[in-house]
Amino acid sequence: MQIIDAANLDYRAVNETLRSAKTDCTIKGCCGQRFIAAGMSDRNLTIEGIPGNALGAYLNNASITVKANAQDAVGDTMNEGKILIHGNIGDAAGYAMRGGKIYVQGNAGYRAGIHMKACKEKFPVMIIGGCTGSFLGEYQAGGLIIVLGLHKDHKRIVGNFPCTGMHGGKMFLRGSCEDIAFPSQVTARCAAPEDLAEIREYLSEYCEDFGHSVDKLLSAPFTVITPDSKNPYNQMYVAN
Amino acid sequence: MKIEGQVRIPSGCAVSAVISKDGNKMSGEMITNSMKPMHDRSNGLGGGFAGYGIYPAYKEFYAFHMFFDSRDRRKECEAYLKERFEIVQSEIMPTRKIPAITDEPIIWRYFAAPLKSVLVSLQVDEKEFVARTVMKINTEMDGVYVFSSGKNMGAFKAVGFPEDVGVFYKLEEYEGYSWTAHGRYPTNTPGWWGGAHPFTLLDYSIVHNGEISSYDANRRFIEMFGYKCTLQTDTEVITYIMDYLLRVQGLTLDEAAGVIAAPFWSTIAAKKDADDQRKHTYLRTMFANLLITGPFSIVLGFEGGLMALNDRLKLRSMVVGEKDDRVFIASEEAAVRTMEPDVETVWSPAGGEPVIIKVKEGAF
Repeated sequence: MQIIDAANLDYRAVNETLRSAKTDCTIKGCCGQRFIAAGMSDRNLTIEGIPGNALGAYLNNASITVKANAQDAVGDTMNEGKILIHGNIGDAAGYAMRGGKIYVQGNAGYRAGIHMKACKEKFPVMIIGGCTGSFLGEYQAGGLIIVLGLHKDHKRIVGNFPCTGMHGGKMFLRGSCEDIAFPSQVTARCAAPEDLAEIREYLSEYCEDFGHSVDKLLSAPFTVITPDSKNPYNQMYVAN
Repeated sequence: MKIEGQVRIPSGCAVSAVISKDGNKMSGEMITNSMKPMHDRSNGLGGGFAGYGIYPAYKEFYAFHMFFDSRDRRKECEAYLKERFEIVQSEIMPTRKIPAITDEPIIWRYFAAPLKSVLVSLQVDEKEFVARTVMKINTEMDGVYVFSSGKNMGAFKAVGFPEDVGVFYKLEEYEGYSWTAHGRYPTNTPGWWGGAHPFTLLDYSIVHNGEISSYDANRRFIEMFGYKCTLQTDTEVITYIMDYLLRVQGLTLDEAAGVIAAPFWSTIAAKKDADDQRKHTYLRTMFANLLITGPFSIVLGFEGGLMALNDRLKLRSMVVGEKDDRVFIASEEAAVRTMEPDVETVWSPAGGEPVIIKVKEGAF
């Protein structure tokens, strides 16, 4: 285990130190340095302070724990591994991720899970403990997005226009979602026991990470959203 | 320098701001430092600041900050000003020579009040007269630019990285109840001294991260009301739009936000509060040409307050934090934490949701 003091280091220096360490690391005093652990494999990393944008971009099976909030584009184009955030995350989390896990204790900003996709054996999972901003799962093409709406403070669990352009994958929102307007190309229905069985494994892991009870979480109804067909936007722009 | 068309630069930019609701004064050092963790959002082609409450000794006078290309231009402009204003103080802007900032124009500041006789003969109020004077100078006098024209406030801007611009203008020597800052990464227009942010008119100032898709539609509309866009950067039009909506039309800040970042018609149709729905329908219909499309996060500074606003799709980032009497706004939380490591509440406003902070009455 190596400690890296990030105070007064720019993003290049932090990342070079991290890459040359070849062991598990803790970054202390992080303040906005970008691209931390980009493309990193086989390593455990803990971050104290605020990591900059594109934390864990192209992540390749390293494990990152952030003990505070994170900024925009967490896990951009992530391939494998796990990012655990003990706080909130900014906009466009998990942009085009195709594998790995992003588990967030608090809220997510706009466009969480935008263009998330699955690929062969790769299956990305994003779980947000609180609420999310608008355009959740925009253009989602694969994988799993779960939003729990814990500590939501009378807010809606997601903002406006969730699932816009969704054409693959699944989304689970905890609650009956009567106050949420979904686009016409997706179907939102009450999750059946077999749907919930699909997510139990991931939820159990999440509960272990953040100290919740999985049975209590699952005691509330969930809404599951899927696209209507493989190509729901066939004639949206041109009649072909 | 190559301009857009010859070279394409990807978008970036950083904004940052702080205000004390109790009107407590803060030096410009903190806001300068807040730009350091966001260094890579700028590319050295523009940085700037606006400070409010910084000229208490001259608070009754308009503070004109000006760039001149040459001494002759300055003499010519001073002669013009003297026919219209009582100038109580004129001086070279205090700056510090540093290697990071080069090729500066001649920078002066004037504290002045419009001559009563001129106001009477033109039959306009003081603010309208000052606004018209700024437009006239910026449009008609080659090599002369007014880049700040409010009372008890001032803009400071240059070509360079923002943290260097703060040092160049000795901002640590000023004390204000609010500050805004900008680091520029010009996308469509050249990086030059007049094109750095903030863009100001009277006491309104705008710092902006983004790119206005509707620029020309907005410009054509606002130029019908006597404004002229001369500074070659899209942000300039936002400043004039805010002056028009707030000062000329008398809209509230909330209403002005409802014009420039209007909700989608579908969002308006889904509103449950009928009065709110009528208001938004009215604002979108009445000021359709002032809807600003494209990505933006802006901070508007004005006498006694700040307003932060994102475009309705929220295509740019912005976080707000609070601690005691102070509110912090920035493109990144790292900048907020640089100003106040122990900031207590941190949140991201939704797209089109204005965050308005005012200094309490009598404290500025």
